[in-house]
Amino acid sequence: MKAEWTGFTGGKWEKEINVRDFIQKNYTPYDGDASFLAGPTEATKALWEQVMDLSAQEREHGGVLDMDTKIISTITSHGPGYLNKDLETIVGFQTDKPFKRALMPYGGIRMATQACSDNGYTVDPEVVEIFTKHRKTHNQGVFDAYTPEMRACRSSHVITGLPDAYGRGRIIGDYRRVALYGVDRLIEDKQAQKDATPIIMTEDVIRAREEFSEQINALKDLAKMAASYGYDISKPAKNVQEAIQFTYFGYLAAVKEQNGAAMSLGRTSTFIDIYAERDLANGTFTEEQIQEFIDHFIMKLRLVKFARTPEYNALFSGDPQWVTESIGGVGVDGRHMVTKMSFRYLHTLENLGTAPEPNLTVLWSTRLPIGFKSYCAKISINTSSVQYENDDLMRVTHGDDYAIACCVSSMRVGKEMQFFGARANLAKCLLYAINGGVDEKSGKQVGPKYRPVEGDYLDYDDVWAKYCDMMQWLAGVYVNALNIIHYMHDKYCYEKIQMALHDANVKRYFATGIAGLSVVADSLSAIKYAKVKVIRNENGLITDYEVEGDFPKYGNNDDRVDELAVNLVHTFMKYVRQNHCYRNGVPTTSILTITSNVVYGTATGNTPDGRRAGKPFAPGANPLHGRDTSGAVASLSSVAKLPFDDAQDGISNTFSIIPGALGKETEVFAGDLEIDLDEVK
Amino acid sequence: MIGKIHSLESFGTVDGPGTRFVVFVKGCPMRCQYCHNPDTWEMTGAKEMTVEEILAKYESTKEFYRNGGLTVTGGEPLVQIDFVTELFEQAAGKGIHTCLDTSGIMFRPEDPVLMEKYDRLMQVTSLVMLDIKHIDDAEHRKLTGQPNGNILAFARYLNEKQVPMWIRHVVVPGITDKEEYLVRLGEFMAELDNVKALDVLPYHTMGIVKYENLGMEYPLKGVPPLSKEEAIKARNTILRAYKVHHVKKTSEK
Repeated sequence: MKAEWTGFTGGKWEKEINVRDFIQKNYTPYDGDASFLAGPTEATKALWEQVMDLSAQEREHGGVLDMDTKIISTITSHGPGYLNKDLETIVGFQTDKPFKRALMPYGGIRMATQACSDNGYTVDPEVVEIFTKHRKTHNQGVFDAYTPEMRACRSSHVITGLPDAYGRGRIIGDYRRVALYGVDRLIEDKQAQKDATPIIMTEDVIRAREEFSEQINALKDLAKMAASYGYDISKPAKNVQEAIQFTYFGYLAAVKEQNGAAMSLGRTSTFIDIYAERDLANGTFTEEQIQEFIDHFIMKLRLVKFARTPEYNALFSGDPQWVTESIGGVGVDGRHMVTKMSFRYLHTLENLGTAPEPNLTVLWSTRLPIGFKSYCAKISINTSSVQYENDDLMRVTHGDDYAIACCVSSMRVGKEMQFFGARANLAKCLLYAINGGVDEKSGKQVGPKYRPVEGDYLDYDDVWAKYCDMMQWLAGVYVNALNIIHYMHDKYCYEKIQMALHDANVKRYFATGIAGLSVVADSLSAIKYAKVKVIRNENGLITDYEVEGDFPKYGNNDDRVDELAVNLVHTFMKYVRQNHCYRNGVPTTSILTITSNVVYGTATGNTPDGRRAGKPFAPGANPLHGRDTSGAVASLSSVAKLPFDDAQDGISNTFSIIPGALGKETEVFAGDLEIDLDEVK
Repeated sequence: MIGKIHSLESFGTVDGPGTRFVVFVKGCPMRCQYCHNPDTWEMTGAKEMTVEEILAKYESTKEFYRNGGLTVTGGEPLVQIDFVTELFEQAAGKGIHTCLDTSGIMFRPEDPVLMEKYDRLMQVTSLVMLDIKHIDDAEHRKLTGQPNGNILAFARYLNEKQVPMWIRHVVVPGITDKEEYLVRLGEFMAELDNVKALDVLPYHTMGIVKYENLGMEYPLKGVPPLSKEEAIKARNTILRAYKVHHVKKTSEK
């Protein structure tokens, strides 16, 4: 066994790249409570104060403090950057200093220059020329190949948010591999994969060989970048500090290279805990030191920044990076995977204060230990910064070493990736079905000229049949637009370091998405259970509806309408599956417009459920605001009926509740009177 | 059996122990000035639901109620005692924890037919939350338009039957927050052996909008909501009196 691995239980992971095997053979489940945790060190406090000060300056400058306008960001483009070199135990920034946003034009030069100009910066003209005349970008490639129909769907917003002008993201490199194996071993492995390609040079084989070469170069660059910070990462990490640092270097290389829509971290806490346990046992580090490493690591993740335009930020409601880290869960052997490190990660919300990034996500199972559940509840109550996802549901599909990319996209780390695919606006598609493909806002023929509905009232069977036809058409345009996008992204903006930290044979999920689920469900319900009269404008286009009578609304645990929602998801997914997907991608869909529901609503006219034109959709799979009137459990139960099999890329429900509605104030309520009597003063 | 229902709440966390499925029934003879559900007073506009329909709803989300159960409130549930009895009998048959939130105003100890009904209902009731509006009879009449004699009799009846009971008490500034009344309430509670909890409900003004929607004058216009600190103080006043008398009673035995 290698010297760096002394003390670990050996296994398959020594002979092959297999982080999961290493974790399963070595991790220590922790059943205790949070009492072992250490507070912030003086260094942590000083660094965080510095960060808060820089954040304030950034706000004063209108949201951006500094931007690169000349240096094209690559893994090695910048020298080392620090907050305070003497205090930082985990180091590395995307550029040569914190809060300076990098220039990343490979996704599209237009978006890159606009991001600068909108923030008061000008990209060097020479760079613009290079990426306009001499080096094609992903964005240019996509628009060279788009059909007029695809462009029309894009302009009318029946398909919105396509990653055709920005990085697609949603890929999680297995950054832990850098720590466990060191870069030399990873390069060796990639070289062996390259040597093992078939010898007949079909396009696929040529592409594979080129990609392996790119990956090997990226790994070499990663080692160089780490060396600039004084670290030799060619060999495995020797202790917990190095394990965190090496893992972070892997991630840092990815965010130096890609400005992706979601740049998630993976599932690192239980992996890193193995090193912490060994160091604690050997007396290498104290609990306080280990917490400090984690605090500094999380601090770095909070400072990941990208150059983006105000429109982009409007679509995603903020400036999100989606540095999602998945914590906890249960192993396939039945042992839970909560370790002390799971606590330490969440504890950063106490040591550094609350923050939206990194997006700490607990993989929740009924079988998590009670001490951890209690701690999660406490942290949620105090910080509102923890995301929860259903491990019992996802483990069945993905096993016990998957992670979440972005907010809900699950994938096995280093073995599966996703082609991110934005969303189809199914509410607008319903209006197209009613109007025979004519856009209800512009009056343009966007969809195919199918027969529009006739008469004054909508008939359920008639509308549903027309809607199915229109969805089938939309799914076709949508998936094929995505085929172009992902082809071009691979060609002009390939994620080489992230893919270098994947196996050779990757399963690719081909993600699509749905917006407007509850609007459509309620509209169909209104048509089916009430009477919906149509109102035509002077051109005969149906632009409004009058609903006569009441109808069951999605969000009340009422099967009559909930089944319409279930059927909608199933039907749309069926049409998606009928299409060819690039690189044998496995099609999935998601219902998770957590932030962009406002934008989708703006682009959509009046709907038959009574929703007014321009009004926001509900986020994700939520019932429409105010329509769920039977309480939270009924509302959640409606959402829970949606089939994961047909929405494997995730179903989200945004839920807020006032504390008073969660139970009694303990100081006011006096239960078990006989017991409490002595406490009364 | 059909009940006249106002609404259902699938996530009740303040109407009995645990997370509960809460049935709000229509109809109430009381006209409490601070009532925050005036839309439940009249029988009109009720949704008619059978016992089976309600229990089917409960069953579809029963995983959430493992540590809770079923609560009937309103309105005054005992206006529809036959319906509540059948609902609780069927629920109890399924092992569901049943909680009755009542003002006790319908209790008539002199009516033997009615008393038989109460006996039958109490056999399938896991917990009664008795809302004592005011401990003083004269003040009670002012506040609710009804005397409180039968309500206190109902509490003693529950004590005899050994039905676990929570005392709920809405504390309204200037109306029920006087120390004297709080002390008397605590003393009354101490006479009983079946009281498991005291649920002080600080007066709030969230009901005002309902009065506006119903086109009704709000009787407590200008009365401020009770702060948490005052609620804790009121709770402790009641409990001190309860403790003194409880101890006295125990030592006398």
